[in-house]
Amino acid sequence: MSARIAGCVLLAALLVVPFVVRSEFWLSFWLLVLMFAFLGQAWNVLGGYAGQFSFGHALFFGGGAFGTAILQVRHGLNAYLAGAVAIALTALVGGVLGYLIFRYRLRGAYFALVTLAFAEVARVLIASFEYTGGGFGMLVPLAHGAANFQFSDRRIFYLIVWALVAGGCLIALWLEGSRFGAQLIALRENEDGAQALGVDLVRTKVLALMLSAAMAATVGVFYVQNFLFVDSHIAFGPAMSIEALLVTIIGGMGTIFGPLFGAVLLHAVGELAKQITGNAPGLNLVLYGVLLILALRFLPNGLAGILGRKPKPVRETADA
Amino acid sequence: MLEVRNLAKRFGGLAAVDGASLDVAEGEIVALIGPNGAGKTTLFAAISGFVRPDAGSVRFDGAEITGLAPHLICARGLTRTFQIVQPFETLTVRENIAVGAHLHRPARREALAHAEAVARRVGLGHRLDQPAAGLTVAARKRLELAKALATDPKLILLDEVMAGLNPTEVDEVVSIVRSIRDSGVTILLTEHVMQAVVSLAERVYVLANGKVIAQGSTASVTSDPKVIEAYLGHGAAERLRSRKEASHAS
Repeated sequence: MSARIAGCVLLAALLVVPFVVRSEFWLSFWLLVLMFAFLGQAWNVLGGYAGQFSFGHALFFGGGAFGTAILQVRHGLNAYLAGAVAIALTALVGGVLGYLIFRYRLRGAYFALVTLAFAEVARVLIASFEYTGGGFGMLVPLAHGAANFQFSDRRIFYLIVWALVAGGCLIALWLEGSRFGAQLIALRENEDGAQALGVDLVRTKVLALMLSAAMAATVGVFYVQNFLFVDSHIAFGPAMSIEALLVTIIGGMGTIFGPLFGAVLLHAVGELAKQITGNAPGLNLVLYGVLLILALRFLPNGLAGILGRKPKPVRETADA
Repeated sequence: MLEVRNLAKRFGGLAAVDGASLDVAEGEIVALIGPNGAGKTTLFAAISGFVRPDAGSVRFDGAEITGLAPHLICARGLTRTFQIVQPFETLTVRENIAVGAHLHRPARREALAHAEAVARRVGLGHRLDQPAAGLTVAARKRLELAKALATDPKLILLDEVMAGLNPTEVDEVVSIVRSIRDSGVTILLTEHVMQAVVSLAERVYVLANGKVIAQGSTASVTSDPKVIEAYLGHGAAERLRSRKEASHAS
């Protein structure tokens, strides 16, 4: 339980940030942390609760980002409508992809590789066409105003993203207390056992993937609205996929606040490293790596695990 | 209630199930026995949808269910347990059983309440909040039973729920199985523990090399020469009979 209390405290503290922090740099920093926390939550739905480790969540992040950028720039759609359509389309892509993947029983390493491959294909394709911005990427014209979902005051945007992260935690909370979540976790723990109890493997996993894809696409949409720029390397590159799984694994897979813990810790450490080393290129990445290794070695349940929600069960006997 | 006709399943060159037929009527406890490798588990898997049979048909409650996905078969009221138990390790006993209870109970609270009631029925009432990973073999077998029972089945296939239990534990599970049947659930079970087969089953099918070689009451089946040979080898029935006659003569 104490992990939940810590999570609530952290979430509350992050709500105060825009009212305390005056520096534009630090506000942007925490804004990005929140976005990655929600991206991690998207990964958590599929990886943490359903046990399907995706290495290609950039595909869904990019789908949202490029979807909204293309719809706004090329087709003149309103920012809200463009965002909603982009999220829906990405969820649909996730659904089709998920159906193919799960119908043919790809799991574990194969699932990871297939998702990575699709993200890479998308990265190359997006960079190859004029319509999708080619090698330059896409710029959404600056037009501040609530009607365009662009805010000259970054604090407003920060609060919206904060609400999104809080919503993400509510989604995880719902998973933990609903039939759908119970079925996902059952499939994660034991596919045969779950199917024998009437759990529809393909349908349940596809729905989880669609939910996860829609959440990741939402981060993509918000990213574009914040930076007004996106290119295929940022959106579909492996770095984004790794970000999504790293914050969750370090924070605690299959926990409500894991992705938030992970995002805060990783980026705080990364930023600290940058400040200390005076921006020595790549050093923060070395730190990322070290942290991941330490987390995997010592924290099988992530940061949420040390805060002690569920101690690792000990077997009474050596079973056959 | 269950009609299996000429079911066949090959794995490569091996005919695991080779034209097996059996019937189970509503309210019965029927046992399926046979030596190791006879095809009992494969037959169960083919009936419950986990493997697709190559030939033959399975009818349940008057409807064809051959080759349907396991979750659809389960939703119709036919569910199975596994010889190698399949618990959801990190979940508690209550949460494990609730997965089954959710089949017909969308609300979490209702599913958890039903899980608790089912746990009591199989004698796991005092372990509700224990994680499945920490259970003993005997408790894991009961959990396997409880999960299946929570789906409100009409017919349960029990795949060696008593294997690995000591005689006292076997007796306890026997009475649980009987109480499940008395509550209106039909049971088809495979078992190596003859103590359990004799005290539970009203009818027995004997499977050897994927074929049903005998059926009837426990007594008639165990004295059938074909059955003795399936277990003890070719010519065993002959030798047993001559030894028996010799001992009578002396």
